[in-house]
Amino acid sequence: MNLYEYQGKQLFSRYGIPIPDGYVVDNKDKLKKFEHPVVVKSQILLGGRGKSGGIKFARKAEELAPAVNELLGSKIRDYTVKQLLVEQMLDIKKEYYVSIALNRADRAPVMIASPSGGVEIETVPDDKIFRKNIDPLLGYSTFLGKEAGSFMGFDKDLAAQFSKILQQMYRLFIEYDCELVEINPLVQTGDGKLVAADSKVVVDNDSLFRHKDLNNEDPEKTPLEREANEKGYAFVELDGKIGVIANGAGLTMATLDALTLHNGKPRNFLDLGGTDSTEIVVNAFDLVLKAKPEAILVNIFGGVTKCDTVAAGIVEAKKTYNIKQPMVVRLSGVREDEGRKILTDNGIDAFSEMMKAIEKVVSYVKVK
Amino acid sequence: MAYIIDENTKVVVQGITGHQGSFHAGEMIKFGTKVVAGVSPGKKGTQHNGIPVFDSVMDAMSTGANATMISVPAPYVKDAAYEAIDAGIKLIYILTEHVPFHDTLEIFHQTRVRGIRLLGPNGPGATRPGVCKIGIMPNQIFRKGDVAVASRSGTLTYEIVNAITQSGLGETTVVGLGGDPVVGMTFIDALKLFYEDPATKRIVLVGEIGGNNEEKAAKYIVEHGDKTKKVVAYITGRSAPKGKRMGHAGAIIERGVGTAESKIKAFSEAGVKVAGYPDDVPGLLR
Repeated sequence: MNLYEYQGKQLFSRYGIPIPDGYVVDNKDKLKKFEHPVVVKSQILLGGRGKSGGIKFARKAEELAPAVNELLGSKIRDYTVKQLLVEQMLDIKKEYYVSIALNRADRAPVMIASPSGGVEIETVPDDKIFRKNIDPLLGYSTFLGKEAGSFMGFDKDLAAQFSKILQQMYRLFIEYDCELVEINPLVQTGDGKLVAADSKVVVDNDSLFRHKDLNNEDPEKTPLEREANEKGYAFVELDGKIGVIANGAGLTMATLDALTLHNGKPRNFLDLGGTDSTEIVVNAFDLVLKAKPEAILVNIFGGVTKCDTVAAGIVEAKKTYNIKQPMVVRLSGVREDEGRKILTDNGIDAFSEMMKAIEKVVSYVKVK
Repeated sequence: MAYIIDENTKVVVQGITGHQGSFHAGEMIKFGTKVVAGVSPGKKGTQHNGIPVFDSVMDAMSTGANATMISVPAPYVKDAAYEAIDAGIKLIYILTEHVPFHDTLEIFHQTRVRGIRLLGPNGPGATRPGVCKIGIMPNQIFRKGDVAVASRSGTLTYEIVNAITQSGLGETTVVGLGGDPVVGMTFIDALKLFYEDPATKRIVLVGEIGGNNEEKAAKYIVEHGDKTKKVVAYITGRSAPKGKRMGHAGAIIERGVGTAESKIKAFSEAGVKVAGYPDDVPGLLR
C-alpha cells in the first residue's frame, strides 16, 4: 500500500528524519498565516505529479489562495485532488537520492543512494549509484552510513546527518513492514542541513493486520477490482473480450498468456484459489459478468478444487444469471469425468485439454 | 535430509486441527509420508486421524520428527517457525499464504545461519514419487521417473507434472518454491540438488513474472550446469500488465524488473528451451 507524501513525512518526523515545516489542507478556508514562500503539493498516490501540474509555488502571500483554489478538486489522470500539502520552500543547494528497498533475489533490505537526486533513479548511471544489502540479523550499523556517506562525497558534518537519516529510515522500513522507504530528493539546504523534500513509503499489504492506522485505497484499482478483492478473489481487469475463471495464480496467468498468443485477449484475471465450494464459483461468475465479456472461459485443473464441484457451480451460475455469452469449460484432474458429465448434460462445452478450450473460446470472439 | 525429503523424513504438522492441515496430513500418509505428530496448543494427548497431537513442537520431538509443515494463519507463522527452529527441526515448509515478507526475511536468515532448509511460504511443498511428500500436491498425478521440476506456482505445477506423467515420463522430485516475493528455497538451490542427483536426467523450471530469480538461475546454468541434463523452462505472465499483482504477492513487474521477456531471453541465451504453452513441456524434454 502506497502512503501519501504527507503520511510518509509524518512518519519521517516521528522517526527524527528532518522534513520541511508544513501542513495539510482539504479546504481553502483552513490556510494558515503566510510567513515565508511555500510549495503547494497535490496529495495523490499516482506518479508524475509534477509533470501533470499538481505542484504550485507561492512566493508571495497573495499567490497562496489562487494556487490552493486551482489544485483542490482538480483532476490528475481521473483522480480528484482532495488534499494539499503546503510546505516551506527550501533553499536548495544540492539534491540527493536515498532509499531502502527489498532486494528480492538476495532476500535482504538494500540501501540505495546517489549524489544525483531529484530525478528518477532508473535514469541515473550505475557508477553514480551506491547499493549495499543490509543483513537483517545485523541490522543497521554506523559503518554502513560511513560507506554510503563517503560515496556521496559528504564532509564530516553532512556524513553524520546522513548516517542518522539512514539509521532512522531502516528502523521505519522494519517497524512499518515497508517494501520501500524513499527520499527523492534529499535536499542539502544553503545552511548545510539535509532535509527530506519528498517521501515515498510503500507498506506490504500482507502486514496491514498490524498497521491498523493505515488504510489508503489503491487509486489504480477499478471499482470492480475493489469489489472482487473485498470478496476474497485475486482479480485484475484487463482490456480484452474473454472473461476468465481459473484456479491457481500460475494457471490463471498461463490461461491469459495462451489466450493472448491466440489473439483472443482476456477481459480479466480471476483466481478461484484452493477451494471446493460451488458458492465461490457462482460468485466468481457474478464478478466476471459485471465486466461484460463477450465469451467466458473456465479453466480448472482439479486438485483440492474438485472438477465436479466447479461443474455444479457453473450450472448453477448459468441458471442464476441467465448467462447468454458462449461459455467454454476445460476440466482436468480430480473428478474430471463426473464434472464433464454434469456440464454436457446441461449443454455446456467441456474439454479436457487446455489448448482445445482456448481455441474454441477464441473462435467465439474472432471478428467475423 | 540432504535432498529436501527422503525415507527418513518424519513430519510434524503445525496446525493439524485446521481444515488444510487435517486434510493434507491424511493425504501425505496415503502417499507414504511418515507423519509422526501434530501440534495444536491445548489438544495434547489427543489423536487426529490416528496422528498423536502435542501442545508444542518441543514435545513432538519425542516422535523423532525432523521436518515441519506449517499451516497456521499468517500472523502466527513467524512464531510457529521460530518454535520449530528452537526445537531443532531441520526442514521448515510453510504452506500459509499472505505471510508478511518481513517475517519471512527474519525466518529465512535465522534458518540460513543454522543450516536449516526453508521451503515456501505460499507454495505446495515437495514431492518425490516412491519416497514421500510434504505439502499439498495431488497424489494421483505422479509417476516415478527421471524429470525434476521446480516451480513458483501450485496448480500450474500440477498441470505440467500431469502432462509429463501422461506423456509417459515421470518425476524424481517436484518442488514448489512459493509465490511470495521472499521465499526460502530458490531455483538455484533446486538446480544444485537436481544436478547432484544421479536419478535426475531432465529438469523443468516453471517461473513467472516478478523479481529476477529466473535470470539468476539462467546464469547458474551457464556457469555450473551439467550439460548432460536437459533443462526446459516455462514462464507465465507474458500478457500481464505492469504494476499489477497477478494473484501471487511476488508476481508483479515493478520498476521495469521482473518481465516475462527478460526471463525468457535469459533462459534462451543459456540454451534452455522455453515452452510456449504448458502442454509443450513434455515434448521439449525428449
